[in-house]
Amino acid sequence: MLRLLTLCLLLYTMPLQAVIETYEFESAQMEAEYYKLINELRCLVCQNQNLSGSNADLAKDLRKQTYEMLNQGKTPDQVVQYMVDRYGDFVLYRPRVKKGTLLLWFGPFALLVLVLWLVIRVMRKKQILVPPDADALQRAQQLLSDNQEKQ
Amino acid sequence: MRFAIPLGIFILMVGLLGYGLNLDPKKVPSPLIDKAAPTFSLAKLHAPQQQISNSDLLGQVWVLNVWASWCVACRAEHEWVTRLAQMNLAKVFGLNYKDKPDDAKNWLRQWGDPYSASLKDEDGRVGIDWGVYGVPETFIVDKKGIIRYKFIGPINQGTLNSEIVPLLRELSG
Repeated sequence: MLRLLTLCLLLYTMPLQAVIETYEFESAQMEAEYYKLINELRCLVCQNQNLSGSNADLAKDLRKQTYEMLNQGKTPDQVVQYMVDRYGDFVLYRPRVKKGTLLLWFGPFALLVLVLWLVIRVMRKKQILVPPDADALQRAQQLLSDNQEKQ
Repeated sequence: MRFAIPLGIFILMVGLLGYGLNLDPKKVPSPLIDKAAPTFSLAKLHAPQQQISNSDLLGQVWVLNVWASWCVACRAEHEWVTRLAQMNLAKVFGLNYKDKPDDAKNWLRQWGDPYSASLKDEDGRVGIDWGVYGVPETFIVDKKGIIRYKFIGPINQGTLNSEIVPLLRELSG
């Protein structure tokens, strides 16, 4: 059992080590910025991976580019802009909120509201949501108290 | 009549998903279209002491074909790049992307060299500036140095006849 667990752990660490090259950072903040960036930028060669997860040549180059730009004192926003200027919005795993992405950002919520509205309408129509009128309430109470008396 | 709305939604979804399925996710629209070509100054593959920069190419329509000797698809499109160059509609420059000069020269010796010149981009920096992510890629730059067209992947007779040649004629005219 222990042997199996050890094997699993060993197998798990392998792909992580395979990709990342080591860079030296001047500060912990810069390191954090670097990792945040390479996690949020898409590798265009293998499109379902981010830069940090990809071993493609281009991903390596772009990681290097990211590191160098941060090293030159560029802000993360400038790095992101640099990538978007060249590869388009597609490089962003977290698309910006702008006219073209409104549907992407808010479409699901709009859909939710629409579905809720439809559900409520249908329920009203089928009288599921209509509050019982006074007569019906009184009859129900009567039935309940009758039942209690019998017991 | 009860089924009109669900059926309508179903048909809409099928249409939307069908459209999505037929798009090629590998073809990412380039933000560089209709923008000035990124500046570069690169040595020629066959004459490393000579540099070409994009300002040298102002005033003419030109094609930039990104290729490498390690790129299998480049071999597939080579015939059509060669045809394009032979038509003399525009100069075709090669961007020799992340390649070893000796390998690149051998490749051209073996398969023929259609390029007015191939530019050495050994570290891929210029490739990054041009937003290259899959070799081969083909760009068309107009007389003012604006990128007018980008094709990702190997060009073939179809793309040549229906897109590249008409655009080159239009831009040169």
